[in-house]
Amino acid sequence: MNEITSAIQLIPLEHYIVLSVTLFSIGMMGVLFRRNIIAILMCLELMFNSANLLLAAFSAYHSDPSGQVFVFFIMIVAAAEVAVGLSIVVMMKRNVESVDINLLNRLKW
Amino acid sequence: MPEAGWDYAKQTTNQKLNQVIMVFLFYFLSAIMVISALLVVFSKSPINNVIYLIICFIAMAGHYILLNAQFLAVVHIIVYTGAIMVLFLFVIMLLNLNKAIIPQKSAVTRIMAVVTGGIFFLVLIAATRQTFVINPRYAFTSEIGLVANVGKTLFHEFLLPFEISSVLFISAMVGAVMFGKRDHAVGDD
Repeated sequence: MNEITSAIQLIPLEHYIVLSVTLFSIGMMGVLFRRNIIAILMCLELMFNSANLLLAAFSAYHSDPSGQVFVFFIMIVAAAEVAVGLSIVVMMKRNVESVDINLLNRLKW
Repeated sequence: MPEAGWDYAKQTTNQKLNQVIMVFLFYFLSAIMVISALLVVFSKSPINNVIYLIICFIAMAGHYILLNAQFLAVVHIIVYTGAIMVLFLFVIMLLNLNKAIIPQKSAVTRIMAVVTGGIFFLVLIAATRQTFVINPRYAFTSEIGLVANVGKTLFHEFLLPFEISSVLFISAMVGAVMFGKRDHAVGDD
């Protein structure tokens, strides 16, 4: 376990920042890119997880377990969000017979 | 003492080898994560999306193990790949979406989405570039992410939010049931 600890210090924290920024941008691009509402929810999960990874990295580099507890809370919120979001998807499929978000464009106004 | 010196040299060689392996693992897992995230966005079938997202999440659990956050790695595997992605798969199979062909957005919108994502990436990199000067390396202890320490922090400092999150779960469950129920008051079927 000590080898892992010493090896992590070889990787600069900037690389974690760049990695999670990359993942967050990919998730945001996916939200804009797709029309399938389930794919949009998946891209949201991707964005959640990039924030989680950065929190865990900061927590490990600062030797403070509060960041990891915060990641745990984000996971709780993500689980609740996915349950509600997928039930909305089921309701949408039942009402408009599709999962295309362009059919709900009247929500814009 | 030649034996001790030889042992020390061997040990340092082993440590160096381990460090090289760990650094290689970091970049390997990062590459897997980025590639599978791109495939989540660009592949068309919803089942393939879910499978690529599961690959991405497993690579992220590897990242947590590299960061010495064992508790987070286990919870991530259980919650995300075990519960959330299975829920996605259930909904996709329940709604029979695999053969439903959803029309894509127009080419202009898709190109603008990619451009927007790229610009957003550049903006975030530029905004966090100032932090590259600061190098917060404090005393590094390996026991931060173990279950004992995270549990102590969770049940001492964060006990009230932890209890309140159960209320959040109850309300989410009630909301999901309410959404899932057929609306007989308005519907005329």
